[in-house]
Amino acid sequence: MSEASALVLVVEDEPQMRKFIRASLSSHGYRVLEAERASEVVSLVTSHNPALILLDLGLPDGDGIDLTRQLREWSRVPIVVLSARGREDDKVVALDAGADDYLTKPFGVNELLARMRVALRHAQPSAEPQMYVFEELKIDLVRREVFRAQERLHLTPIEYKLLVLLAHNAGKVLTHQHILREVWGAKYASQTHYVRVHMAELRKKVERDSARPKLIATEPGVGYRLRAPA
Amino acid sequence: MNEANDRPDPDALVRRIQADAARARRGKLHVFFGFAPGVGKTYRMLQVARDLAQQQKVDVVVGIVEDHQRVETARLASELRAIPRREVEYRGHTLTELDLDAMLARKPALAVVDELAHTNAPGLRHPKRWQDIDELLEAGIDVFTTLNVQHVESLNDVVAQITGVQVRETVPDVVLDRADEVELVDISPEELLQRLREGKVYIREQAQRAGDHFFQRGNLLALRELALRRTAQHVDNDVVEYREAHGVVATWPAGERILVCVGPSPSSARLIRAAARMAAGLRCPWVACFVDALSVRPLSEADRTRLDEHMQAAEKLGATVTELSGTNVADALLHYARKNNVTRMIIGKPTHARWRDRLRGSLLDEVVRGSGEIDVHVIRGDSMASLQPGAANAEPVAQRLRDYAVAAAIMVATLGLSLLLRSSLSLPDPEMLFLLAVMLTAVWFGRGPSLMAAALSVALYDFFFIPPYYTFSVADQRYVLTFATMFAVGAVLSELATRLRRQEQAASAREQRTTVLYALTRELACTDQPAEIAAIATRYAAESFGARTTLLTLSSTGQLRALGDAPEQLLAMAQWSFEHDALAGLGTDTLPGTDSLCAPLSVGRSRLGVLALELRDKRPLRVDQRSFLDVFCRQVAVALERARLSEEAKQAALRAQTEELRSSLLSAVSHDLRTPLASITGAATALRDDDKLSAGTRAELVDAIVDQAERLERLVTNLLDMTRLESGAIALRRDWVPLDEMIGSALTRLEARLAARPIEVSITPDVPLLWVDPVLFEQVFVNLLENADKYTPEGSALTLAAHSDGEHVQITFSDSGPGLPRGAESKVFEKFYRGQHHAIAGAGLGLAICKGIVEAHGGSIRAHNREPTGATFSISMPKAGTPPEVSL
Repeated sequence: MSEASALVLVVEDEPQMRKFIRASLSSHGYRVLEAERASEVVSLVTSHNPALILLDLGLPDGDGIDLTRQLREWSRVPIVVLSARGREDDKVVALDAGADDYLTKPFGVNELLARMRVALRHAQPSAEPQMYVFEELKIDLVRREVFRAQERLHLTPIEYKLLVLLAHNAGKVLTHQHILREVWGAKYASQTHYVRVHMAELRKKVERDSARPKLIATEPGVGYRLRAPA
Repeated sequence: MNEANDRPDPDALVRRIQADAARARRGKLHVFFGFAPGVGKTYRMLQVARDLAQQQKVDVVVGIVEDHQRVETARLASELRAIPRREVEYRGHTLTELDLDAMLARKPALAVVDELAHTNAPGLRHPKRWQDIDELLEAGIDVFTTLNVQHVESLNDVVAQITGVQVRETVPDVVLDRADEVELVDISPEELLQRLREGKVYIREQAQRAGDHFFQRGNLLALRELALRRTAQHVDNDVVEYREAHGVVATWPAGERILVCVGPSPSSARLIRAAARMAAGLRCPWVACFVDALSVRPLSEADRTRLDEHMQAAEKLGATVTELSGTNVADALLHYARKNNVTRMIIGKPTHARWRDRLRGSLLDEVVRGSGEIDVHVIRGDSMASLQPGAANAEPVAQRLRDYAVAAAIMVATLGLSLLLRSSLSLPDPEMLFLLAVMLTAVWFGRGPSLMAAALSVALYDFFFIPPYYTFSVADQRYVLTFATMFAVGAVLSELATRLRRQEQAASAREQRTTVLYALTRELACTDQPAEIAAIATRYAAESFGARTTLLTLSSTGQLRALGDAPEQLLAMAQWSFEHDALAGLGTDTLPGTDSLCAPLSVGRSRLGVLALELRDKRPLRVDQRSFLDVFCRQVAVALERARLSEEAKQAALRAQTEELRSSLLSAVSHDLRTPLASITGAATALRDDDKLSAGTRAELVDAIVDQAERLERLVTNLLDMTRLESGAIALRRDWVPLDEMIGSALTRLEARLAARPIEVSITPDVPLLWVDPVLFEQVFVNLLENADKYTPEGSALTLAAHSDGEHVQITFSDSGPGLPRGAESKVFEKFYRGQHHAIAGAGLGLAICKGIVEAHGGSIRAHNREPTGATFSISMPKAGTPPEVSL
């Protein structure tokens, strides 16, 4: 199934928003299925088996977070949540409940398409690569070595684990909780400053100018994202 | 009142309206009144109640009925619904009492509660059943009850005289007076005696013997007459009320007012009852008055207690009570009487010997002489026990004996000194020396010891200095005159000094209270914070009353709540006191069995709280302490009221300010909202309607739409942030965050706009993690950067630097633009300030938001110009505690 003919379920109560998304997606070759209410979603997913769901968190009839949890019990369909600015908590809860990514309203069409591509790509089962290359950064997974512009970087084991985790999920947002669980283990879940401090150290090594990071972006209040061309 | 006038007297009208209003809320009290036990009151009451319940479907509930094992009564009672009695354990017995709370909760239309004069078991809310009934009436429940004539307080003495049986359970006359209906249940004494013989009348065993004497035909006839008269008086009251209500000129002498002089002597109780009877007969108000005579000794503890009891009794009988003070009792009484339009004074008949009047002047004489138009009634009993020294000894016996001993020792020392002076200086007459000693003893020890000293001085003088020496015989008869004068001078001195001392004591006690009040008032004036008022009030109350004190105030939800913790029982008592605006607890009618006293705090109609005193010595407050508590509570209440009003004023000012903000916001924002909307509408309609546009123009228009939409979005975001910051709706979600992460994130967000600018970031390694909300704090840098981007030339350099400085982290953000307008360094942080650059888009909120966020984190931000050009914004953030260690 090619990406461009994928079926996308848009769950959004605002008609103008739906119109904009439908127009943008259709012109890029996606097929679009629309829903206004959370209550319609489960039956539509079972009957149509969409490749991706765009889910507005502010639906009038229900809680998008509960819906996410409910879907995650039996489906691995990528979910990208849409929410307003200032609702960082909702985003984090939705992501931790199993959503794959989020978009803050208002967003541009390019941003939307990029997020969808990343989510769809990560949904495809793929073999673990032997090497990641992000512009001038090269991660050799076999030899566990990292280079920037041919120069070998000396990363601590934790920094290496952090970087590899970000690279595996390139383009996708990772919450503090998720990173803590993956790198330190479940019992460190409340120690978000661990992530922040180590991430700062990692940036000093992998970024050209760590004050103006280009590679590892901070998603304020949510987590981090390795920026990769999608 | 004597003028011919068809209109009702306005005072009477006001009284009637007040009475009507009070009665509309109150339930109606129906008293079944009898002259002796066994006349059938309870039976009659149950009959009426049953008829009401069965024929008129009135909701009747029986609270208490004593059937005394009478079958007919029990059967009648069983036809009515009843609430279970409340069981109270008392000294191993289980007593059953009226369950007041259950009745209040049940709230029937009519409650049947037998025996109005009953005394409740200790530990219940009220000591007397009539108080329970009063509360039922207060709650709007009608009540049927029964009462015998011997239980009427003002008739108590008369009944005791007739029958020789003193009844302890009495009901204040006001209760009967306020009854809406008094129904006499009457049978002939012969019939009653017949029923007694048949065993139909129940008399308690302990009253059996007294009862034998009680139930004699002569007694019963007299009692019956009393009961009939009392009932007639009630009917008479109704008639008077009717007359007043309908403009009939009242028949009683207008403005009668009785004053009764009360002292601590036990016989004063009789005076009080006589006054109550007279007042009831005249249907006029009366005052019970005690004069604290400054010229005599202070009252002993026992006298004080008895006086308090008298005053409370008078209050129960409907009197106004007052305490006066003055050097002359008669003057003080007459002055008060004149000022308050008293028409009759009641004074006890003196029981002391006549010589005392000769010596000291008679109170009775003085009052009668000065009474003028006031009638003076002299009644058997004692007038003012405060005029009986000896009965009132403040100091313990040991103390007094010591005083006498020291006084004697002083006299002996004086003698020694005189003898010494005589031998060395040959001073012949040391009488002045003796007089000096007598005066000193008077000043130090009061009347008794000084009189003794005077007598002793005469004796010693005679013995040692009057020839023939060392005998009490006197050679020269002229010396007798010297002795008499010496004793008289000594006695006068002693009297004067004693009076002085007494006045001084009274003045110092009063001054002490005045000082406390003054200090209290002054401290209360300094604050309008309820918590501080509570702290001050409780501190002073604890000192002045010897009590652990709690102040309870109304919370915003209208609940009474203590500042600090208070036991459950105290809270309940305070609640009662608050709702009824009356004292409750120790020494009052409500819950007198506790160790605490609750005083309501109210000013005019607004009820503000309750002052709860847990009295350490577990004794009721004295009358003078009570009146002090009154003044005390008023001061605290006024302070609380002031705090409430000032809070209201603050709220009003805040509302006005918010209103002002809203209007300036509207005017500022409407421009900023309309401008981009106009551009968008224009560009979009051009794209839709004009198909002759070139591809280049179309692209430009589309760019303009996107650009203006982004501008709108920023504006709305800023407005929302500002509103949330100002309303305090933002809860900071703090975490330990590296400063460089927030700055980096802000720079990334503005990447596109700042691409052309050189930006230098230098953070020294000693800058610790900051304890901030990362999302909000990042916004500070975003706003500063956007601001700089707007107001400085394109491509000019920006610098962000941070270093650690003692307890703070200093962050500076500098540009090399034109700098701030002179004098605008602090204005730039005000809302809607936009400098002179009106061409630059923005609502003037960015820096105000920065300030709001920084201050919400406990930091500060300021702006200043730098040399040679450019502006610097400095943020100072306190280091909040120690950041956690993170091993790398």
